[in-house]
Amino acid sequence: MKSAKAEAHGQTPAGHEPQPRMVTVLIMGKRHTVPEHATIMRAIEYAGHQIIRGAGCREGFCGACGTIYRLPGDYKIHTGLACTTLVKEGMSLTQVPAVPMEKAIYDLEKLTPDVTTIQQLYPVVFRCVACNTCSKACPQGLKTMDYIQAAMRGDIAMIMDLSFDCVACGLCALRCPAEIVQHKVGILGRRLYGRYLSKHSQHLDDRIDEMHAGKFDAEYATLMSMAKDELSKLYYARDIEA
Amino acid sequence: MYPEYMAGSLKAVEATRAKRLELAKSGQPVFTPMTAEERQDVLNKFHPDYAPGALRTVRIGPNKGEELTTEVTEILEAHSMVEPKLMDIHLTKPDYETDLLIIGGGGAGCWAAIEAARNGVKSMIATKLRMGDANTMMSEGGMQAAVAPADSPTRHYLDAIGGGHFENKPELVKILTEDGPEVVRELEKLGVIWDKMDDGSMQVLHGGGTSRKRMVSCRDYIGAIIMRTLMDEVKNHPDMITVREFEPAVELLLDEKGHCCGAVLYSLDTEQFLTVRAKSTIITSGGFGRLHIRGFATTNHYGATGDGLVMAYRAGAKLKFMDSVQYHPTGAVFPEQIAGFLITEKIRGAGGQPVNKNGELFVFPREPRDVSSAAIIRECTERGMGIDTGASRTGIWLDSPIIDMLHGEGYTRHHFPAMVRQFGQFGIDIVKDPMLIFPSLHYQNGGVEIDGQCQTNIPGLFVAGEASGGVHGRNRLMGNSVLDYNVFGRRAGKIASEFSKTSKIGKPNLDHVVRYAKEMSDAGVESDLVAPVILPSYTPEDVKLQQLARLGNTPARHSMLRSRISRGDHK
Repeated sequence: MKSAKAEAHGQTPAGHEPQPRMVTVLIMGKRHTVPEHATIMRAIEYAGHQIIRGAGCREGFCGACGTIYRLPGDYKIHTGLACTTLVKEGMSLTQVPAVPMEKAIYDLEKLTPDVTTIQQLYPVVFRCVACNTCSKACPQGLKTMDYIQAAMRGDIAMIMDLSFDCVACGLCALRCPAEIVQHKVGILGRRLYGRYLSKHSQHLDDRIDEMHAGKFDAEYATLMSMAKDELSKLYYARDIEA
Repeated sequence: MYPEYMAGSLKAVEATRAKRLELAKSGQPVFTPMTAEERQDVLNKFHPDYAPGALRTVRIGPNKGEELTTEVTEILEAHSMVEPKLMDIHLTKPDYETDLLIIGGGGAGCWAAIEAARNGVKSMIATKLRMGDANTMMSEGGMQAAVAPADSPTRHYLDAIGGGHFENKPELVKILTEDGPEVVRELEKLGVIWDKMDDGSMQVLHGGGTSRKRMVSCRDYIGAIIMRTLMDEVKNHPDMITVREFEPAVELLLDEKGHCCGAVLYSLDTEQFLTVRAKSTIITSGGFGRLHIRGFATTNHYGATGDGLVMAYRAGAKLKFMDSVQYHPTGAVFPEQIAGFLITEKIRGAGGQPVNKNGELFVFPREPRDVSSAAIIRECTERGMGIDTGASRTGIWLDSPIIDMLHGEGYTRHHFPAMVRQFGQFGIDIVKDPMLIFPSLHYQNGGVEIDGQCQTNIPGLFVAGEASGGVHGRNRLMGNSVLDYNVFGRRAGKIASEFSKTSKIGKPNLDHVVRYAKEMSDAGVESDLVAPVILPSYTPEDVKLQQLARLGNTPARHSMLRSRISRGDHK
C-alpha cells in the first residue's frame, strides 16, 4: 500500500490530508490503485512513472498529454488531456503523446487566404464525410468538424475562430476516418487570418514610424541618465490612466 | 462547485459587488495604490524572498560569496551528469555540427532560429521535450507594447524600471521597450491574431504596474497562439533549422581559448550523451519554476528546472539577480487538482478584483506582482482574512463576475475561454462565481547576465528570454516576459548568427567541468544532487526509495530520481 500522504505529490503544499479514497485504474493495461481525486497525470506519477513523453505544460495548453480511455460498461472511446481530466473507477487509459502526420511546408507570404490554399496544402480536407468524430474526440470541446467544413468553403475567418483554442494534441486526426489532419489545418487558417484578414492597425504603423524617426531618443537619453532617486520620484508621481 | 462551507463567504462577495462595481466605474482607483514605503514594508514582511532561509551563499563559481535563492544555490553546488574522460572520442568527433546551436525550443529559441535562417545561417534547436514545450506556451494574458497613442515607449521604460525597483539594466530595458511595437507587427506578419477594436486599432488593457493601457492580447491564449505560430514557421524551414527533441543540453563545450563551441546533449530516450559542435550557442532554456522554490506550487512548464543556469555557470558565466523569485499573485488554489495553475493577470486588467473572505478590497488590484503577492499573503496570514480550501491551503477571492458587469454580458466567455474552460471542468462558472487564488511560483526574474547584444562574459555564448538576467531587475511586470522572449530571441538570433559567420572555434573540451568538480571538492561542498535537474520527480517517496534500491551506478545519482528525495513530500 502506498502512504496516504503520497497523494500530496504534484502541486500540493505541506499538510496532513485525510486519507484519500482510492480507485482502481488500468494504465496501459496494468492495474493500479490511485487516489480518487487524482488527474490522470497525477495517477500515472502516483503509480511510480517518470513521465517523459505525455506531460508538458500540465495546465491544458500544450497538448502533450492527449489520452484515450474507456470506462466500465461503456462502449465509447473517450478522450481527455491527462493534466486536467480526473480518473474514474475502472478507467482504462493510454496516453497518445504523438500522432504521426505530415505538416505542409509553405511560405506564408506566397499564400492567399482562400480555398485555393487549402486545396494546395491540405487537399485531404475534401475527404471529410461530416461524421463529426473529430469534434467528439476534441478534449477542448471544439467544433472541429465545423472548421474543417469551413476550410472546404475557404472560410478562413471561421477556421480561425473555431480553432482558436486548439491545443494540437492531434486526437482528432487520429480518430478521423477520412485521415484529415485537422489541427494542422487549424494553425494554417489562423496564420492566414492573422496575416491577411485581420484589420489593419494605423496606430501601430504610426508608432513604428515615430520610433524610426527617433521621436523618443531624447526622452530615453534623459531617463537613462537619471539617478535612482530621481527616477523613483518620477515613477511614483506618474499619472495612471483610468 | 464550491463546497457548502464557502457559501457564507461567497454571499459576502456578492453583497459588496454592487458597491465595488460603482467604484470601478468611477474612474478612480478602487483601492489606494501603495507608496514606496508601504511597498517596501509589505515586501519585507511577507514576500517569500525575504523569509528566513530563502537565500543561501553560493560557495563556488563566478558568483561565489553571493547570496542566491537557496534552491538555486543547491543546483549550482551539484554534480555534472557527464564524466568528461568518457566523452573524449565524441569531443574529437562530434555527433552533430551546426553553425548555431540553440538550447531550448520555446519562444526565444524559435525566434532565434527563424532570424538565423533569415540571415542565411543554419541552426539546430536542441530541446528537452517537444519544441514548444515551454512557459511561452502557457502565457495567457498578454504582452506589453507601447502601441496606443496615449502611451509611449519611454513610459513603458519608466513602468518597467519602477516595477523592477530601479535595478534593471537600463540598456536592456531600452531595447525591450523600444522594440515592442515592431514585435507586434512582426508577429502579425507571421500570422498572430491580435485582439483589435472595430476600427482595427490594437485593443490594449492594463496590467499590474502599468501607467497606460499597454497589454495587447490574443483572447487568453497569447502564449499558445504565438508559440504555435513560431513553431509552424520553424517547421517551414527544414533545410535551415534542425530540431532535436527530447535531447536537452546538459553541459556546454568550450575550446582551448575558452570560447563556447557547442554542448553535450542527453537523449532522454536512449540515455546517450551526444556532442554538438557549433560556431555560436544561444541558451534559451527558460526558467526554474519546477524547482518548487520555498515549497510553492508553480504555474510553470514541466521542464522548467533552470538547466541553462547550471550549464552556463559551470562554464564560467555570471548570473544576475538570482536572489529574487517571482510569485504570480493569482495562482488557482481551489479545486486542489488545479492548485498552482495560472489565472491570468488580464482578469484584473479587465476589472477583476481581489477581495477577502468578507468581500472587501484590501489592495489596489494592479500593484506590481511582488507587491500584490505579498499583500495577498499578508491577508491570508497576519490578517486571517483568507478562505480555507479544506486541503491545507488558504486563498482569497478574485472576483470575476464583475467583469461582465463592467464590459457587458458575454465578455468573459469571449476573452477568457481558457479560464472559463479550466474552472468549468470542475463545475465552477467564473462568469457567476469568483475564483479562489493564492500566489504561485511563476518566474525567474534573474538569470545569466547579458548585455545589449545578448552576450554573456563567455565569447560565443548568448542568452535570451527567461534564462537571461538583467532586463527585469528583481521584479518583472506582467506582459514583459512575452515581450522579452520576442525582443531578445529575435535579437540573439540575428547577432549570434552573424557572429557564427566569422567565428573560428577550436577543439571542444569539458575541462571546465573537471575544474568545477575540483573547486567543489576543494570548497568542501558535499551534495548528492546531479544537475541540470531536467525533470522534477512527482513519484511518491516510498516508490522512489524502492527505485533507489537498485544496485549499480546510474539511478542513484540520476537527477530525475534524486531531485526530490530529501526535500519532503510537499513539493
